[in-house]
Amino acid sequence: MRDLEIKGMVSAHAIIASSIFIATVMPLFFVEKFSVYGTHMVWLYSVSGSVAVVNITIFWLLGISPPTKKHTLGYKVSRLLRSCLYFILSCLLFHAVVVLYGAPLLESALETFSLAVLLSSLTTVRCLCVLGPNVPAWIRVLSRDGAMSVWDTSLQITTACSVIGAWLGAFPIPLDWDRPWQVWPISCSLGATFGYLTGLVIAPTWIHWHRKQLTYKSK
Amino acid sequence: WLHRRGDESELARPAGGQPPLAGPGSGKRIIFYGDDTWVRLFPKLFMEHDGTTSFFVSDYTEVDNNVTRHLDGTLKREDWDVLILHYLGLDHIGHLSGPHSSLVGPKLLEMDDVLKKIHSSLVSRETEGSLPSLLVLCGDHGMSETGSHGGSSEPETNTPLVLISSAFKRKVGMEKPAVVEQVDVLPTLALGLGLPISQNSVGRLIQPVFQETSLRDQLRFLHLNSFQLSCLLRDSTPAFQKEEGYEQFHMAEKTHGNWMKLYLEGNASEVLSSIGKKVLKQYMEALKAMSSSLSKQLGKYDLYSMIVGMILLLQVLLLLLLVMPEALSGSAEVELPLAASLLSLPFFLLCLLCSSAHVLVCTSAHSSCYLCDLPWGVVLAAIVFSSGLLCVLLSLLGQKLAPGARPSAKSSSDAGLSELDVLLVVGTLGYVVSLASSSFIEEEHQTWYFLLNTLCLAVFQDVCRKYFRERRGPGDDASYLSSREDSSPSPAPVAELGVGSRKWLKLATPLLTLVCCRLLRSLNQTGVQWAHLPDLSHWLNSWDHKAELSLLAAASLVLIFVLVQRRCSLVSKMALGLGLLGVYSYRAAVGNVLFPWQTNSTDISKGTVEARFVYIFVLGILFTGAKDLLRSQVIVTDSRLKSRGLWEVYSGMVLLCALLFRPHNLPVLACSLLIQTAMAQLIWKELQYDAAQTTIMHYWFGQAFFYFQGNSNNIATIDISAGFVGLESYVEIPAVFLTAFSTYAGPLLWACHLVCFLSSAQDRCPASVGHGCYCFALLRSIPTVAYIVLVTALRYHLFIWSVFSPKLLYEATHTLVTTAVCVFFTAMDQSHTASSRF
Ligand SMILES: [Zn+2]
Ligand SMILES: [Zn+2]
Repeated sequence: MRDLEIKGMVSAHAIIASSIFIATVMPLFFVEKFSVYGTHMVWLYSVSGSVAVVNITIFWLLGISPPTKKHTLGYKVSRLLRSCLYFILSCLLFHAVVVLYGAPLLESALETFSLAVLLSSLTTVRCLCVLGPNVPAWIRVLSRDGAMSVWDTSLQITTACSVIGAWLGAFPIPLDWDRPWQVWPISCSLGATFGYLTGLVIAPTWIHWHRKQLTYKSK
Repeated sequence: WLHRRGDESELARPAGGQPPLAGPGSGKRIIFYGDDTWVRLFPKLFMEHDGTTSFFVSDYTEVDNNVTRHLDGTLKREDWDVLILHYLGLDHIGHLSGPHSSLVGPKLLEMDDVLKKIHSSLVSRETEGSLPSLLVLCGDHGMSETGSHGGSSEPETNTPLVLISSAFKRKVGMEKPAVVEQVDVLPTLALGLGLPISQNSVGRLIQPVFQETSLRDQLRFLHLNSFQLSCLLRDSTPAFQKEEGYEQFHMAEKTHGNWMKLYLEGNASEVLSSIGKKVLKQYMEALKAMSSSLSKQLGKYDLYSMIVGMILLLQVLLLLLLVMPEALSGSAEVELPLAASLLSLPFFLLCLLCSSAHVLVCTSAHSSCYLCDLPWGVVLAAIVFSSGLLCVLLSLLGQKLAPGARPSAKSSSDAGLSELDVLLVVGTLGYVVSLASSSFIEEEHQTWYFLLNTLCLAVFQDVCRKYFRERRGPGDDASYLSSREDSSPSPAPVAELGVGSRKWLKLATPLLTLVCCRLLRSLNQTGVQWAHLPDLSHWLNSWDHKAELSLLAAASLVLIFVLVQRRCSLVSKMALGLGLLGVYSYRAAVGNVLFPWQTNSTDISKGTVEARFVYIFVLGILFTGAKDLLRSQVIVTDSRLKSRGLWEVYSGMVLLCALLFRPHNLPVLACSLLIQTAMAQLIWKELQYDAAQTTIMHYWFGQAFFYFQGNSNNIATIDISAGFVGLESYVEIPAVFLTAFSTYAGPLLWACHLVCFLSSAQDRCPASVGHGCYCFALLRSIPTVAYIVLVTALRYHLFIWSVFSPKLLYEATHTLVTTAVCVFFTAMDQSHTASSRF
């Protein structure tokens, strides 16, 4: 049972990771003079869009979503709307947090917001897919030993990795090296993406390693 | 700590005799007017002088009038050779309101008039047939964007040098000025005056100055300068003959000899002038090479003393680290095997070994070092201390490593580290690592803001997790909470309504902290890379925003009063209120803020009366607090009295801070009090953070507030005007104390709050003060020791003087402040338990 789940997770993560690579390469054919540094916003939105779409598709196909009490259309629509609202709220929240960290308030607000969108699509979309729009459940999963399934654990790991990646990405900014990737917010968005990719690799490995110790309380 | 300010203009008349700043009593007549630092440096040099104290920064007219009023009389007289004028006003304006102040323009026009007066007087004197004079106009330093100086940025280190004399060829227009070194001024002036060059000067003459003299004289001057530099090189370098400059000098000397031969033969052909030009070029190259190799040698290090100091520090740090399990145990008692190790044979052997090593080093090394110059008693004491420490360390290490001697310290660390613990440890260590990079030192405030933000978010997550978690079943949540609260009878089952609203307040506290920190961060832009960006303090300090500044200052003072008074006794409450009123009237008297009923703000006094009024209240509050503390310890052991006394001491410090802080910095103080109150009431106590965690958080907050005040790791950002609040003139000890206090106000206030907080929590956990003190000492010693090791390793780094050494000064002062705090801690701890800390 556990092995099957891990295999599914490995393949899902492989698809997501390759979608990030494709999103990095594809704009080369559509956008003139595309480069990750030069036209950073294009790259950022292409990556966040592809990650969001692929995540939603995979989790919908795998059928890993919280049990819904009702199956009426109206309930589903309201759920969808609430999910959208939560996504937008999480973008705003990330934006606020980044500003609190010292990003300029008015100038380069677009860049800051784009970083917030990227972070939201790396973390919030997955939360929405796995847990649904249910904030207390998010708090449970995102705190220590609150995971109740393999997917919860993987969600914990990827979310933590992308946030820590963005956090670490801010470190080179004060250095006086004058490199193109030190420009706001390139280092942070690269850090978040690399962190996410690392999380995708670490999650199945870690679960595989600890599969004996992992015991989840049944729902 | 010598601070010379203002621009100085120096007037020298060449007449032959001795260098302008050489020793007294050799017939050279120098007159000096201006900054009295000169008079204190060279007390007997001047034939006539009138020093103006430079330390009252808010005065920018009197200091200059005091110089100018002598001018007319002196210029008419004939009995002097050199006149030095040091004007201070412009520098004071820079410190007061920056380089873009509206006061700068009029001041520069005034200086232009002074220059014109001097020049026309000199010109008329020359028509009477005296030798040509030289008018030297220069600034002793530039000004940064904030108006201060002492750093290494381009506008601070580059200053104009203007030489005006009728001996020069008249220039048609303004050319692009050449760049010369400051040390070049000395040989140029000496040779121009016909004086010998000072022995240890490393400068080379500014060649364009001598362009109008004959080629023979030019070559003679160059030869004199090169000879002086070659002598200096010979004395300082063992392998001087292999130096490039030295070889070039000998070549040039030889060609110079040939040229002289031709010249004396009366040869006036093309050959002579071409050889002459060649000699000139050779001399210039030799001078350049010798000067640069000499400048490089100036940074010599006393490695022996440095290593000895480092070993001592490392020993102390190791001791601190080794006793960690005991120091953080329930009783916080550390027993050092002092007697056993001091009476052992290895101790005496070590003492002998160290002494002989010291004798060996000091007799063999041909350069003198600091330790060798110390008296023997001090050296012996240091040796005994160091070897004793080493023996103690070794015996402690032996105890730890001995099998079977493992105490039950494991059980406490078995609980595992929470995310917050991980963050606190990683942050502290990461900060230590970041000290290796000059950019991170320049931008250290960013590190602390970043860490503090992360800390607040972690606390926020902690609150969320504890109070807003999805309930998996009835009682599950309660059991989770009670599992951490089992040690104390905490009021868990309070009424549901109160818990509900408190829950939201708790959630809001870290957010409030975050918002406060973000606002404070944009108050003072510090560091290097982004220091030029406009910030709120600039906006507030500009002349047309005085009303806003006054309003902000008044609001901050009211907030300070509201937050501080609640735990004071009635007497100190009143004293505090009156003191804060006095602070506002002091700022109004100095002219920083507006009084509502004051219409004309033209008369700016020094505000001495108001400031002294506040000092009296500060002393009164501190005295009341000290009295309460003493009573609580000596007569009755009353913990409530003690905590009130502590709080009164703390509020006295807050009042002193309010007086010393500039008005735009008062919100920093108010916010720090607000955060302290909110965190203490809602977070630290209720979320069961232990003493170590609370201490680390206090330390981080203290560090961040150090930078919120506008400080940086650059000496230039120290606000020295704080040292003159309430003083008529410069008095060294109070000025130094007040400046240090206002600079380190952030860390000090947070440390003081920590003492208050921990001793009020003492009835819950008796060892908390001891734990806090230990953590505080450890938190300071780890970065300091790491930094000293790093700086020693990086001593040939390009930025060693501009970045690393100012930081070293800051580290040393901070360690001193922390030591004082730790002593205070221990004194507070003494009464409760008789535990011995080291
Ligand atoms: Zn100055
Ligand atoms: Zn100066």
